[in-house]
Amino acid sequence: MTALRTGRAGRAGQYAALLGYLVLLAFPFLWLISTAFKPPRELGSLHPTWIPVNPTLANFRQAFDEQPLLQAAGNSLIAALAAALIAVVIATPMAYTMARRRGRLTTAATGWVVVSQAFPFVLVIIPLFLVLKNLQLINTLSGLIMVYVVWSLPFALWMLVGYVRAVPGELEEAAAVDGASRLRTLVSVTAPLLAPGIVATALFAFITAWNEFFFALVLLKTPEKQTLPVVLTHFLGAEGVADLGPLAAAAFLATIPSLVIFAIIQKRITGGMLAGAVKS
Amino acid sequence: MRTRRPRGRLLAAAAALALLMTGCSDGPARDDGTIRLRFQSLAWQQESVDANKELVEEWNAAHPDVQVEYVQGSWDSVHDQLLTSFEGGEAPDIIHDASDDLADFAYGGCLADLTELLPERLRADIPRQSWETTTFGDGVYGVPFLQEPRVLIANTEILETSGVRLPTAERPWSWEEFRQVTKDLTKTMGKGKYAVAWPLKEPVSVTLNLGLSAGGRLFHRGQDGKVTIDFRDGDGVVPGTIHDQVNVDRSASRSTLGMGGSDTLPGFFGGKYAMVPLGFSYRQQIAQQAPEGFRWTVLPAPAGPDGPAQGVSPQTLSVAQDSAHKKEAAQFIDFMLRPQNMVRLAKGDWMLPTGTQALGDPALHTEKDGWATGADLARHLRSAPAQAVRGYPEWKDKVATPAYQEFYSGAIDEKELKERLVKDGNLVLARYQR
Repeated sequence: MTALRTGRAGRAGQYAALLGYLVLLAFPFLWLISTAFKPPRELGSLHPTWIPVNPTLANFRQAFDEQPLLQAAGNSLIAALAAALIAVVIATPMAYTMARRRGRLTTAATGWVVVSQAFPFVLVIIPLFLVLKNLQLINTLSGLIMVYVVWSLPFALWMLVGYVRAVPGELEEAAAVDGASRLRTLVSVTAPLLAPGIVATALFAFITAWNEFFFALVLLKTPEKQTLPVVLTHFLGAEGVADLGPLAAAAFLATIPSLVIFAIIQKRITGGMLAGAVKS
Repeated sequence: MRTRRPRGRLLAAAAALALLMTGCSDGPARDDGTIRLRFQSLAWQQESVDANKELVEEWNAAHPDVQVEYVQGSWDSVHDQLLTSFEGGEAPDIIHDASDDLADFAYGGCLADLTELLPERLRADIPRQSWETTTFGDGVYGVPFLQEPRVLIANTEILETSGVRLPTAERPWSWEEFRQVTKDLTKTMGKGKYAVAWPLKEPVSVTLNLGLSAGGRLFHRGQDGKVTIDFRDGDGVVPGTIHDQVNVDRSASRSTLGMGGSDTLPGFFGGKYAMVPLGFSYRQQIAQQAPEGFRWTVLPAPAGPDGPAQGVSPQTLSVAQDSAHKKEAAQFIDFMLRPQNMVRLAKGDWMLPTGTQALGDPALHTEKDGWATGADLARHLRSAPAQAVRGYPEWKDKVATPAYQEFYSGAIDEKELKERLVKDGNLVLARYQR
């Protein structure tokens, strides 16, 4: 009984901690939604409410009227999708090689991957700018995508190496014993087991590119090429003054694609991870 | 069959990728002999953006051979963005910025000297003290066109019922009088309420700029041209007043010391604070957000022996040194800053124009929204004390901001404030002046 009681108390504690964590995570987002629907006078209220007293869509209308949000969202989507796709296409075979072929070269490569993540944006931005300028890729989404791929590649690679190592080599050996060719083994045995990892990595690359601000700010010149995070800063003035209502409305809309993609892919990631974990 | 599906997916992915990449390429370049200039504006409030875009359209309609493209930048990151653009030779031709951001770009040869490019009309229209904000060495590297004094935005009802003398631009409060008024006012307001709320998230520029009125200079240029920091009596008046209001009189809210200006507005609207010292342009936000029936007014900031003098860092228009069409860029600036256009820009940003003719426009002298008070203060505005000091940004971030924040919260006394600003500060400045 005591053990059971402790178990219940422990479980209750776990749920309370989980709830606290969820509230902590949800608070800024819920406040953002609340702000997006508030008229200016409610934004300046000394006693703010969670639910707007006089909810309005005026902030959304103003945000769309003042800034090319759809165009910017389209640019962000192109950049993020392309960056995610290319990063995964490059990283997957590299990760497979690094995970399966152990040696000095792979150890050095892994070390370099880890080290390369330590460089801050400001250190690389000017050399990168000059390189892209020579390639005539300034003010093009292609140039931005290239930067995003390079920027997300080390972490993507590091993530995928972990996923490949988690796939037992014995499965591939078993397939070979059954007469499967190398390609057939990779396609029919390794790839399905690796799919959740690839999806998770693509998701990481997508979110990184979708939210990225500084490279886009520096590399894209003309308004019609700008991405969503850059356009969002147009609601900010000097000394931290902001047009809060439209900013919240636009920021809320900017989070929706990430949420949708997470919602669609989440099941696949967890489902894939657990597939085959237990003998049936 | 099953083995072919992944290949199909791969092909589809490759096709999608190719499609995405083709959607990224630039359109064909135009080369019809027309001069094309890029104007990066930092206007962000809708009225201001509209005014800027309208002016660009008017210019383009009148000058088919010199077309200007409007590009929107952001105050939030303009320095880093310009720095990278200058390094890469891709800076906009016409650059909107603030005078306190220009020093490094001017000394670094990134901006064009406008001395010979600007017409006499524009040079004569803007007062000397405004030109000083954009003069570095022997050159002029920007045209100062909009500025804002710091004013006291006050709750009219609280001030009227208290019976205190209301200051005017001709007869402002002295710093001692201001301290006494806030002390008396707080007593009449009740518990948990304060006469003043100082939003001092960024304490350095507020302190230095207001300090000019009390004779504060802090930065002193020697005969060898080198700048050193010295904390004299005048430098202690404004910080001392704020410190005592917060820590001795309890007439200023402690909780707003870490806030930005906008954060204090709910408390101001709710009657918690009678006055908030803010930049002149905050009036737009107040007019928009104030509850119905809320009465507010604009009062001049307190003055010292030097009158209501204040330091400002005006908004500026500059031309990139790398621009292939500097003359045309300067002509565009001249067009933008014609008196009637300067008034449009000033109204759009809720700021004051620097141009004498624009400042005389009746639209900027109405009592509504406090325009008249601001316009009356314009002639007292001076170049911010730290304007052309190399190393100022580092001194501000590493030395002055934490020192002032600790002083205002009561964590350190004036002796330590002085020691840190001067001793640590001079070490920083020395590195930039070798």
